[in-house]
Amino acid sequence: MFGLAKKDATLLLVVVGLTLLAPFILNPFPTDSAMAQFNAGYPDLMQRFVIFGIFAIGFNILFGLTGYLSFGHAAFLGVGSYSAVWMFKLLSMNVIPAIALSVVVAGLFSLLIGYVSLRRSGIYFSILTLAFAQMSFNLAYSVLTPITNGETGLQLTLNDPRVLGISQTADGSIPVTGLFGLEMRSTYTMDVGAWAFQFNVGYYLCAVALLVAFYLAIRIFRSPFGLMLRAVKSNQQRMNYTGLNTRPYTLAAFVISGMYAGLAGGLMASMDPLAGAERMQWTASGEVVLMTILGGAGTLIGPVLGAGFIKYFENIFSKINDNVLHGWFSFMPDGLENFVITIIHPFIGKGWHLTLGLLFMMVVIFLPGGLVEGGQRIAALFKRGKKDDDGADTSKATTPAE
Amino acid sequence: MSILEVKDVGKRFGGLQALSDVNLSVAENSVHAIIGPNGAGKSTLLNCFVGKLIPDTGSVMFDGQSVLGRKPFEINQMGISRVFQTPEIFGDLTVLENMLIPCFAKRDGAFELNAIGSVQSDKEIGDRAMQMLEEMNMADKRDMHAAAMSRGDKRRLEIGMCLSQEPRLLLLDEPTAGMARADTNNTIDLLKQIKNERDITIAIIEHDMHVVFSLAERITVLAQGTPLVEDTPDNIKGHPKVREAYLGETA
Ligand SMILES: Nc1ncnc2c1ncn2[C@@H]1O[C@H](COP(=O)(O)OP(=O)(O)O)[C@@H](O)[C@H]1O
Ligand SMILES: [Mg+2]
Repeated sequence: MFGLAKKDATLLLVVVGLTLLAPFILNPFPTDSAMAQFNAGYPDLMQRFVIFGIFAIGFNILFGLTGYLSFGHAAFLGVGSYSAVWMFKLLSMNVIPAIALSVVVAGLFSLLIGYVSLRRSGIYFSILTLAFAQMSFNLAYSVLTPITNGETGLQLTLNDPRVLGISQTADGSIPVTGLFGLEMRSTYTMDVGAWAFQFNVGYYLCAVALLVAFYLAIRIFRSPFGLMLRAVKSNQQRMNYTGLNTRPYTLAAFVISGMYAGLAGGLMASMDPLAGAERMQWTASGEVVLMTILGGAGTLIGPVLGAGFIKYFENIFSKINDNVLHGWFSFMPDGLENFVITIIHPFIGKGWHLTLGLLFMMVVIFLPGGLVEGGQRIAALFKRGKKDDDGADTSKATTPAE
Repeated sequence: MSILEVKDVGKRFGGLQALSDVNLSVAENSVHAIIGPNGAGKSTLLNCFVGKLIPDTGSVMFDGQSVLGRKPFEINQMGISRVFQTPEIFGDLTVLENMLIPCFAKRDGAFELNAIGSVQSDKEIGDRAMQMLEEMNMADKRDMHAAAMSRGDKRRLEIGMCLSQEPRLLLLDEPTAGMARADTNNTIDLLKQIKNERDITIAIIEHDMHVVFSLAERITVLAQGTPLVEDTPDNIKGHPKVREAYLGETA
């Protein structure tokens, strides 16, 4: 189906199901219950899951397949955001031209940076990409203020020229982003008993973009081009002596992943039309590395899982504070309650980084293949249990690159 | 007709003259061996044929065209394939994938951005790779990780990958180094079979006399970076200069 093998088509259908039903799946707890704060089914967070999922899928095409570890991919995301905001300012509030420009500009920018950085490999390549990204960040922050609006960040104003559209609405406010009249911010809330499920236009636009991005990634993984990228990671020497020119292969992978980052940046600006230099900072570049490794570098679904995992932690764990804990542990005697809370305190709220860091270390040490490997091991346990019952023979070797 | 013409090649590494005045001609469809003691410059010479090194002086012509200044992938596309001293294969990939890659390189050239097509449904390439695996007697290992194979199998796979490109000249750098006697004999048989079944020129660097004398039609003896003599195996065996320089104490 869609030119995919059965296993890949199944994976795609599962991802389609999960993204389209996300407003239900991520909202399992009734609105008024104590667990409601673990709900992630609100538009803002769902958009972030999907946008960072796209970012990580693209990053994985470079890192997971070729093994070239870029520490500067946030620069392409940032460039994408700036491009989109400029499109909103100058042309129209329609998200399509804005996103298209984001992808194109990020592609050109990554062609330039990739062309220079790919002259080196290994740690030197990583350092070059990091240097370029920090340069971009600093330029955006200071020298290029006329384009980026410096530390304030690029925003819409009431005087934007907007060729195909209006500078301000009848009531004197800034118009909102939309898709041929459909506003990105509009949300339909469905009340079912104690639950409130939110369906947001912006989220569904991002979801469609994710599905296209994911589908293309599967095609790339299974294509001759994808095979060559894995060959680059495995043995460049053999490639060269097999008549293959590695440079254009790595450059193409770099540009494709840069365009994915640009798409993510463009979507981010389409959801909330502003762009700041901090989006290009090295911490942002490091985050996508973490997402990819945590989920499982070189696997199809891993980067999406990693992105969701980290964004969930960032947004949900960070909101648990001592008051919430007191609520949970109030059944304990006072002394014990305070003791338990003192122990947990460093790991929640502002301390969510600590928890995430510990989890990341555990994954890297015990599950080098990331969350995907964890999933595979659990699945294998179940299978073995079944097989033992049937008395069937031992299973075959695993296939690479799920 | 000679397919590889080496004229007056010299190469210096700092204070060391690794090669000097190397003249050599490899006849088309022959098996030509280059022998010599350790450090004689055999690998250095071979590296000058494949674009890894550029000689300081002289010329290297393949089929009438100079190879000097060309990159390794360009020289391979001209029709020269190389087998390394320690097998160079794609260890992270399966045996079949290892074989698919040179087949794509042969058909599609040095770079082809085919990111939407499917490897699995490319029948032409798939059949070619499977046929080659069968010829190498390793079709049953197709789904195995290449890194997990024995040294002998890796060597066999590497030779098969080179052959799948139908090169006109196959270069081998000590293909049996570090192998047990049984594996060495298997490799000799494989090379003999390859030679019998197709029009191919083989240039082999070797340390092991047994291998050289069972395969080569002509032998060049290299000592201290210069060819000493070039002749048939029978004449080389009895040559006094060779015994002195190479066979040394056995004389
Ligand atoms: N890249 C290099 N830099 C410096 N010296 C080298 C280099 N490669 C080879 N040599 C030297 O050149 C000589 C010939 O080496 P090599 O061609 O590997 O010999 P062989 O393959 O015949 O054993 C040796 O003395 C070796 O140390
Ligand atoms: Mg050598």
